[in-house]
Formats: sequence, C-alpha cells, structure tokens
Amino acid sequence: MTIIEFRDVYFRYNEEQNWVLRNISFSVNAGDSIAIIGHNGSGKSTVAKLINGLLVPQAGDILIDGERVTEQNIWEVRQKAGMVFQNPENQFVGTTVRDDIAFGLENRGIPREEMIKRIERSLNEVGMQDFALHEAHYLSGGQKQRVAIASVMAIQPEVLILDEATSMLDPVGRNEIIKTIQHLKDERNITFLTITHDLSEVTLADRTLVLKEGKLVTDTTPRELFAQVNDWESLGLTEPFTTKIANELEKYGYKFSSHPLNHEELMNELWTYNLKK
Amino acid sequence: MKSWLVIGQYVPGHSVLHRLDPRTKLLMIFTYVIIVFFANNTLSYGLLAIFAIWTIFLSKLSLTYILKGITPIWFFIIFSFLIHLFFTNDGDIIWQLSGLKIYSGGLVKGLTISLRFLLLIMVTSLLTLTTSPMEITDALENLLSPLQKWKFPVHELALMLSISLRFIPTLMDELDKISKAQASRGVDLRTGSLKSRMYAVIPLLVPLFISAFRRAEDLAMAMEARGYRGGEGRTKLRQLSYSWLDFQAVVIYIFIMIIFFMLRN
Repeated sequence: MTIIEFRDVYFRYNEEQNWVLRNISFSVNAGDSIAIIGHNGSGKSTVAKLINGLLVPQAGDILIDGERVTEQNIWEVRQKAGMVFQNPENQFVGTTVRDDIAFGLENRGIPREEMIKRIERSLNEVGMQDFALHEAHYLSGGQKQRVAIASVMAIQPEVLILDEATSMLDPVGRNEIIKTIQHLKDERNITFLTITHDLSEVTLADRTLVLKEGKLVTDTTPRELFAQVNDWESLGLTEPFTTKIANELEKYGYKFSSHPLNHEELMNELWTYNLKK
Repeated sequence: MKSWLVIGQYVPGHSVLHRLDPRTKLLMIFTYVIIVFFANNTLSYGLLAIFAIWTIFLSKLSLTYILKGITPIWFFIIFSFLIHLFFTNDGDIIWQLSGLKIYSGGLVKGLTISLRFLLLIMVTSLLTLTTSPMEITDALENLLSPLQKWKFPVHELALMLSISLRFIPTLMDELDKISKAQASRGVDLRTGSLKSRMYAVIPLLVPLFISAFRRAEDLAMAMEARGYRGGEGRTKLRQLSYSWLDFQAVVIYIFIMIIFFMLRN
C-alpha cells in the first residue's frame, strides 16, 4: 500500500528564485524505511516539509494515504505524518518533558486520561520514563531528541519524518537516537523517512533517495548505492571507511558477492573469501 | 544568576503554602496587596505584619533568608524612609541639628511607608517562592478565562508566558556563550567606564536577538507541525483542583480580614 506519493512536484520559495525541487515523483510503501540524502541545498528538507503541509508545492500533487494534501485536510495530514526537526532545543515547547509530550495531544483535544496513558507509553518507547518531570535544560541533546520522537509517537502517526534529527548531536546522542529508531521499527509498523548526512542511518534504511540540485537522481537500496557511488562529497556524505577498503581491494582484483555495508560484513567477506573460491 | 536573590525564585517544598492551589494563593495575595493600603493605625499594621510573618513560618522558609534575599529592595525601603523623614513638616519637632529638623509626622510617615513596602515585597516574593512559574501561569489562565467572552486572548497570553519561562535558561546559556565568544575577540565587559561598559553590551545583545528570532521561527514551525492551531478545542494535561486545604485557608483569611477592618479607625 502506498502511503506517500509525489507526482511531478515543483517547489520554489518565491518567484525570483530558482526551483528548489524540480519534477519530483516517487512513492513510498507503508512500513518502509527511506533515507533521503543529498548535498546542502539539494532540497531534501523541503521534501519533508511538503509532506506534512508546512510548505505547499507550486505544481504537482502530494498524496498522503491516498489523499491529496490541501488546505482543508492539512490537520489530518499532520496527524498522519509527524516530524522531528534538527535543533533539539527549538522544538521543545513545554517546560517539562511531560508537558512537552502533552502539547501535541492537547492541540488535538485528546481527553486527559487518554493523554496520561499515551505519555507514559511513548516515554517508555524511547526509554525516557524516568525523566517525565525533568525540565528541558537539564536534558542532553540526545535526550531532548528522544522526547521529540516520543511526542510525535504519542500522536500515533503513520509516518515519522526525521529531518536531520541527529546532525546537532554528539556521537553518544546520535547512537541513542539510532537505537531508539531501531526499537520503534521493531515495535510499531510505521513508515520512516530519514533525512540525513549520517551513513550509519543510511544503512538502516530499506531504500535511499538521492537528491541533487532539486532533482531525484537515484532511487535504490543502500547496498547498491554504496557500490555505485564514486563522488561521495557531491551527495553531502563522507565515504565510509569500509567502502574505501572494498573499492581499493576491488582494484586489486578482489570481487565481493555483495558490497559490504559495515565493518562486520567486510570482515565476513574477507575471512570467507578464499573458502568461497 | 545570583543565588541569594529570592525575587522571582521558586523553592520546591511540601509545606502548607506549597500545597495550596495557586489560584487561592494568587487571589489572597492580590487582595492582601490592596488591603495593605487600607491600614491606618498601629493595630491594623501589626495584624498585617503578623499575618505576613505567620505565612512565612507556614512556608517553612526562614525569615532571614527572605529578608536577605530582597537586599536590592532594602535600598528603596531605606531611601523612601529617609525621604519621608526629612521632607515631611508635620507634627512636633523631635530632633534638630542646625538647619535640619525632623518632625514626628515625618518619622511616622517614613515608618509606615517603608513598612508597607516591606510587607508587599515579602508577601509577593512568598508567592513566587512557594509556587512554580508553571502553576502561576495555569492559575492566571484559569482566573482570567471569563475575560475570553470579551475576546481577551487569555490562552495566548498563558502560552506566551510559559514559552518565555521555558526559554529563559536557554537564552541565559546562549548569552554566556556569546559573551565568552566576544571576550575572546577582545570585547571588554568588566573594566572601563560605565559608558564604555554599556557600549560593550551591544555586541552581546545583537547576536542574542538574532538567535532568539531564529529560535522563534523554528519553534513556530515545530508547533505547527505538532498540530497547534490556537486555543480552541484544546484539552489540558495540567489541572488545578481546590481542596479542603484551600477552603480552610480562605475561611481563616476572611476571618483575619474582618478583624483587620474592625481594627482600622
């Protein structure tokens, strides 16, 4: 079942400027996890903001769950597609963790008893149950982002969009978020859309969309992508160490059955290499 | 922040005063502030002072902590005392030194004005000391809600208040970072004349404002993405409820007020 569909979408911020997105068409199946990558200014954040109606395209249609996003159904769309932004500090509305998660629920007029249940559940899901009464400035960046994820999950969306949600975090915080997302993938059947510069997040996706200067240039699996790409920097990524080694080895005549995505896979490829011959 | 300064600070606790509903506290203190101006003799001032000290005792905070915490206010209290002492020409002369005369009326007026001031500050800081800012915001929203009939934006006001409270520590951190960054570029904030130090504040404020606006933009976007569309149809997680304690407090308070108006002349 298709949950998100872009049909020939064009977008620009104003008429004097160039198109930010040009002729974008793709569709996403429910339950998939998609990584969108691209250089700064490639339009990837714009795609995210178009999905939940924070921006409106100049031409083309965006369909969420089979319905066209319009001014009228924008609030239902936002119920279906929740979004976590880049800066952990600037999306924390409530004074305490509990109040912050309640904010989205209050906006939708959820009764108080139901709210309490949902807050508890979503805090458990992100492992922040002991912090319910903590104030924002006593939390680390990673913890704040986990709260942001919890407050989206409390709305029970069908799509979770992470708009560079880990880019302002330290490695510890980034790992926290990646673990939380993996846990959520196992627990709930929702669609993930991750906009990222971080390769470990790309490898977790089922599918990667690559944007370049507002155009969709590649739509493939992460494994395929890693084997194909020559110019990593043009995608706004740094070439992963394993890919570097694998490519160097291929120059010397090694042939891998599938392109190794991480250290473990590379190691397995290497120590079984001579056995397979 | 100076930690000994109690104005606007909240000290968490479980005293009777902490457990009272914030609306009860807010209403009592509001009426107290008005009533202070009705006191007109020793007995009525005495009763108000005893009431203030008694509530401080109930809050389990020490009196000296509060009196020390309002240090900057002491300056105003003493200043207004001296002004009234020297510039009032009522009653008998009680003390004289060459041209300087002090009248009994001045002494009385100075004392009452500064006592009034002291009581006001003590009682209002007691409110913020025993009530968290969020509770005060909730209480205000609740008490002002009848004004919504006349299109007064009560919900928006409360939300603005709570968001500003939430961002105070964030902006303080930011200011700290900016002042370090500017100091490393050679901005001198600590020495020099008052005028040059005032000018040195500008390179702190400009980046702070820019970043605050950026934050506001991000926050607005995040709020919209999370379904915020004004106060209509919103439910509330935090609820206020009057208890038996509030009833008792109000009865005692009214009783004291009746005695107060009997003591007045």
